[in-house]
Amino acid sequence: MGNKQTIFTQEQLDAYQDCTFFTRKEILRLFHRYRDLAPQLVPLDYSDKPAVTLPYELIGSMPELKDNPFRQRIAEVFSEHGDGNMTLEDFLDMFSVLSEMAPRDLKAYYAFKIYDFNNDDYICKSDLEKTVNKLTRNELTPEEVSLVCEKVIYEADVDNDGKLSLADFQHMIVRAPDFLSTFHIRI
Amino acid sequence: EDKEEDESKEEDNGSQQNRVSRRKNYQRKNRNGKKAREEGSQKKDRGKTAPNKDQKESENKEKKTTKRGKEGENKHMKGRKSSTSSASSNSSDEESLSEEELAMLKEQVEQKKKLISTMRNKPWRMVKKLSVLREAQDFVEKFEGALGKGKGKKLYAYKMMMAKKWVKFKRDFENFKTQCIPWEMKIKEVESHFGSSVASYFIFLRWMYGVNLVLFGLIFGLVIIPEVLMGMPYGSLPRKTVPRAEQATAMDFSVLWDFEGYIKYSALFYGYYNNQRTIGWLKYRLPMAYFMVGISIFGYSLMVVIRSMARNANESTADGDDDNFIFSWKMFTSWDYLIGNPETADNKFASITTSFKESIVDEQESNKDENIHLRRFLRVLANVLIICCLCGSGYLIYFVVKRSQTFSKMQNVGWYERNEVEIVMSLLGMFCPPLFETIAALENYHPRIGLKWQLGRIFALFLGNLYTFLLALMDDVNEKLAEEDVVKNITHWTLLGHHNSSAGNDSIVTPAPLDPADVPRGPCWETTVGIEFVRLTVSDILVTYITILVGDFIRACFVRFVNYCWCWDLEAGFPSYAEFDISGNVLGLVFNQGMIWMGSFYAPGLVGINVLRLLTSMYFQCWAVMSSNVPHARVFKASKSNNFYMGLLLLILFLSLLPVAYTIMSLPPSFDCGPFSGKKRMYDVIQETIELDFPLFVAKIFSYLANPGLIIPAILLMVLTIYYLNAVSKAYQHANAELKKKMQMQREEEKNKRNNKASTNPMLQDLEDLLTPSTKTESPPKQAEDKKIESPNGSSPARKPGRGEALAGSPTVGERGAAFTLPSPVFVTQPWTLGIRAPYPGQPRPWGHPLGPVPGRGRGQPCY
Repeated sequence: MGNKQTIFTQEQLDAYQDCTFFTRKEILRLFHRYRDLAPQLVPLDYSDKPAVTLPYELIGSMPELKDNPFRQRIAEVFSEHGDGNMTLEDFLDMFSVLSEMAPRDLKAYYAFKIYDFNNDDYICKSDLEKTVNKLTRNELTPEEVSLVCEKVIYEADVDNDGKLSLADFQHMIVRAPDFLSTFHIRI
Repeated sequence: EDKEEDESKEEDNGSQQNRVSRRKNYQRKNRNGKKAREEGSQKKDRGKTAPNKDQKESENKEKKTTKRGKEGENKHMKGRKSSTSSASSNSSDEESLSEEELAMLKEQVEQKKKLISTMRNKPWRMVKKLSVLREAQDFVEKFEGALGKGKGKKLYAYKMMMAKKWVKFKRDFENFKTQCIPWEMKIKEVESHFGSSVASYFIFLRWMYGVNLVLFGLIFGLVIIPEVLMGMPYGSLPRKTVPRAEQATAMDFSVLWDFEGYIKYSALFYGYYNNQRTIGWLKYRLPMAYFMVGISIFGYSLMVVIRSMARNANESTADGDDDNFIFSWKMFTSWDYLIGNPETADNKFASITTSFKESIVDEQESNKDENIHLRRFLRVLANVLIICCLCGSGYLIYFVVKRSQTFSKMQNVGWYERNEVEIVMSLLGMFCPPLFETIAALENYHPRIGLKWQLGRIFALFLGNLYTFLLALMDDVNEKLAEEDVVKNITHWTLLGHHNSSAGNDSIVTPAPLDPADVPRGPCWETTVGIEFVRLTVSDILVTYITILVGDFIRACFVRFVNYCWCWDLEAGFPSYAEFDISGNVLGLVFNQGMIWMGSFYAPGLVGINVLRLLTSMYFQCWAVMSSNVPHARVFKASKSNNFYMGLLLLILFLSLLPVAYTIMSLPPSFDCGPFSGKKRMYDVIQETIELDFPLFVAKIFSYLANPGLIIPAILLMVLTIYYLNAVSKAYQHANAELKKKMQMQREEEKNKRNNKASTNPMLQDLEDLLTPSTKTESPPKQAEDKKIESPNGSSPARKPGRGEALAGSPTVGERGAAFTLPSPVFVTQPWTLGIRAPYPGQPRPWGHPLGPVPGRGRGQPCY
């Protein structure tokens, strides 16, 4: 493309393009978005891979995320130590999975992780309750919440163990008409 | 560089005798490559079902392959060393050694390449992805050159290089393509503020713009520009000249604004075109081109609309079984991650809550119809009222059009009289939809159904208006046709008289030609129709823009700034901010397009106006939405409505095809204007072309083809084909539904089985226990499970909570027992759920409601 940029080396850019669904331009744009969160922390030269981590408070305040009820979970799932603090690579990872081009299976895998609040590899009733309460801002009564959760488990639990495994979740989510259109963030 | 070094080394010891074996090698490599690919695809399939497992597997494989790769490398190095040290004697040995190795290597390289190309699909952390990627790339780099030798190797390296270049080119091209999509950022911005439903309107607008650009290219490239460049210039013919009587005012703005004067006699309208068969040095057949472009506009539009509809339908095939996962989908897919605006988020929270509540109510099925008679009465009443409105508006338009015809005969009519039709239609379009909405409140439908009714009614209103307008126009046209017969004679006699008089005066000098401006003209109904459509379009544009300015922008300004000194809260209270009216805007766009399709045959410039309109409204509406609208309270999904819009568009396209086809097929063209003047019908131009420009046998073939004896069977055949395809698709649908039902049944059955097994077995167990109390102390696994249930809060010390067990594999009933280490004997004898659990073994339990404590549930401890 001709325009020189000194943030990444060419190899780094190529590798990022291989590992994400972004084009070169988008990667650079994402880098600038990342840097804008904390210009004093993030250096303009990434060719020697500085170990910079931005805290969750900054990540969660991005306009793309700040109204999302699951923003904390998203950040936790994509951060390296599960604490919501992100390096640039985690950041790229996150938006790559949430981009339009990511395939359904990958999205479903991460959606499962996001909705699995207690990280036990199953979505169980407490996870579902948390999800409902986040979605409705605690507007439903506890009876209604538990009814909804039971219905969800009844509908989607194929192996009948009272909680949703990844396979259950995928089986359900691949049929959802709106999953692909709603589970993505444009940036 | 490494590769090249390798090459030179290999070439040093390149001996003739190796060729045969090399060739063999190649064949094998190819085969292996195939195999590897197959394997890869198998792996992929497996990967779909269980990414977790796949992940581990592939990791393991990774390790193995790298190990193997290293071994291979070592061997290879050894081989190379030996070969360099002793020239040709060892080479055969090396061949035999590395033949298999090479095959393996090839396979691995293929695998690695596959891995590289699918790296972005792996659910790994970036660090891991990067390291694996680098490893794989190094591997490929190192070995892909070593696979061939001599010439083969060079070729291979070249191929690889080209492949790399190709990948790079494709990537650049993709980048370029995404840059070329217009307004992507604008639409994204709107989308993030207002959700996908508002963005769907803008995407629709953009799509429409693309279609119109193509139509514009067709008309301008094939009709208007040739006419302007090569046709007779302005003023050379009566049809290309402003009549003497009008010349004084022909340049006034008020006249031009009505598309009279110079604009009427320009290439923008039908009447300007000459009926010369060929024009210019290119011998361009303009009348023929005009006709074909008119047809191909419809052909292209039909094709595009149907294709995009089919694509949409293909994309949305998955949402067949709607009723299986109502709650799950609501739970996991209702949040739109695109929302990046607090107001939209608030609305979304509210709408999700209400939809949950609605579903809960539906589920409980406690819809006690308070007064079904009253509701029915109200619905009928509402429909009667709306039909009255529709009829009234239809009559009003008819009346106004009639009046305008009398006005047009009178001289000196005011501005209002001249624009009455447009004003009335715009007012109707402005005030009827809210009126319908008010009436629809009587009906008390579910909002989703209500929206469909509303859309249908507005559609009917617009359609009724359009067709009344067309009928009135038809009357006008018929009048003009009658007038034309009279004028034709006058013109004829005038010309003849002029000729005679000049001949009588001076027989030597050729008669001075009559000035084109003085020749009496026919009314040229085609241009009248074209002007009518252009006027309607322009007034529609103006009304739309003024509505946006007044209804959205000024209202927003008022609410925003007067709020400081007002007695109630304007923002939350009565006027508030406007919402973006998706359905109204989409319908407006669709109808506007219908106008364009109808009018473009008689006013080729209309498409140009429309392109401008779409372009400006893209910017203008984007600005208006972002500056003065608030997000919707009732959000409806974009993904499903898209095909609905397309369906409306198709309907409009078909409806606008009818009048144009009617006029082409059955009305005689004007005698003194337009490309078809002098012919009996417009389509005669085709016959003429066939007869004059094609060899005789083509004309013969066409005359055979045009025979009704051939056409009627052809139509019959088509109808039969449609019938057959319809039947086949119905059969497929039926089969599909049947399969779905079967799957559902199977699922239920499986659930039943599991549940019954899980619940009946312990029951039997308990019975057994009662019979033989001595066996109890041995505490069989099933019973251990019972204990678990009794103490679900993790009172059993012997079991690690959750995870370890969860990882143990898919929890099937058979493994259930094995997963438990026996706890210290807590003694339970009571068959406490005997009544609640399956009443009879084998009878399906009522599923809809919370089952009694199912034993299976004891397994997921951390959930509690």
